Amino acid sequence: MPTIVVEVMPKAELLDPQGKAVAGALRRLGKTEFTGVRVGKRFELTVEGPADAALLAEVQELADTVLSNSVIEDVTDVYVLEVAAGETH
Amino acid sequence: MRIGVVTFPGSLDDRDAQRAIRLAGAEPVALWHGEHDLHGVDAIVLPGGFSYGDYLRCGAIASLSPIMAEVIDAANKGMPVLGICNGFQMLTEAHLLEGGLIRNEAGAFICRDQRLRIENNSTDWTNGFTDKQEITIPLKNGEGGFIASADTLARLEGEGRVIARYLDVNPNGSLNDIAGVTNARGNVVGLMPHPEHAVEPGFGPDTALAMRSGVDGLAFFTSVIERALVNA
Repeated sequence: MPTIVVEVMPKAELLDPQGKAVAGALRRLGKTEFTGVRVGKRFELTVEGPADAALLAEVQELADTVLSNSVIEDVTDVYVLEVAAGETH
Repeated sequence: MRIGVVTFPGSLDDRDAQRAIRLAGAEPVALWHGEHDLHGVDAIVLPGGFSYGDYLRCGAIASLSPIMAEVIDAANKGMPVLGICNGFQMLTEAHLLEGGLIRNEAGAFICRDQRLRIENNSTDWTNGFTDKQEITIPLKNGEGGFIASADTLARLEGEGRVIARYLDVNPNGSLNDIAGVTNARGNVVGLMPHPEHAVEPGFGPDTALAMRSGVDGLAFFTSVIERALVNA
């Protein structure tokens, strides 16, 4: 069963209050080497059939219209999760 | 006049909105997210709350509800639609209003009586206010930071489509202190603070006259009734 991954991030030019809060926590832990944190989302869409070009195009469309809101977010990646031979979920 | 209030899974302020409509002098009609039926209403309120637990993005899943197809169609034909808080988020997700709403700048949920200035008193939902009228109604949100691209923001400002601005403090990091916006036609309005919680003496924000006597929210609902009478 192929899994298609969609990654979404808040737009780079927007303040990311969630990332800011995490950055503050890291700072309080003394982890001063991190100058910034941004928090995004990862979706995993599982299908029965093959993850062919048509399906990927459909996922890209859904990523742009449903899984993200282009006013506040960017779709940063859409890809098929590679599963090593013999490995099962 | 009959004004529908849509209840979604996780709506909180649907009953308050119905009550506000009744106090304003119209008949509230309960509408259900899972239906494709507006029951012949003359206007629609999308109430506040946390539809679908704010999953995906605030208002995003609700904006894909069956009834939203009818709401979008009616709005595009000119029916007055008011989105309050979560309802405002739904209207941006449904592309009926421009811009978006993100987590409050301070990262905290905010609940306070908020002073606003009405910036556009010509919309279906704000015509009962005087120009630049200052009002106080409750604000309660976690993701109320209004944002838009620089181009969109300039256009909204240039076309007078900001309908209310925060006064005293900007509670959530909204660009240009924007508390609410309208569409080009002026029939769709989104507002982050809650007018439906300031409609009856004894249950509203404090005023200089008496505790909890503020009813500044009522004019949003009387505006749409008045507009309907004028157009009738």
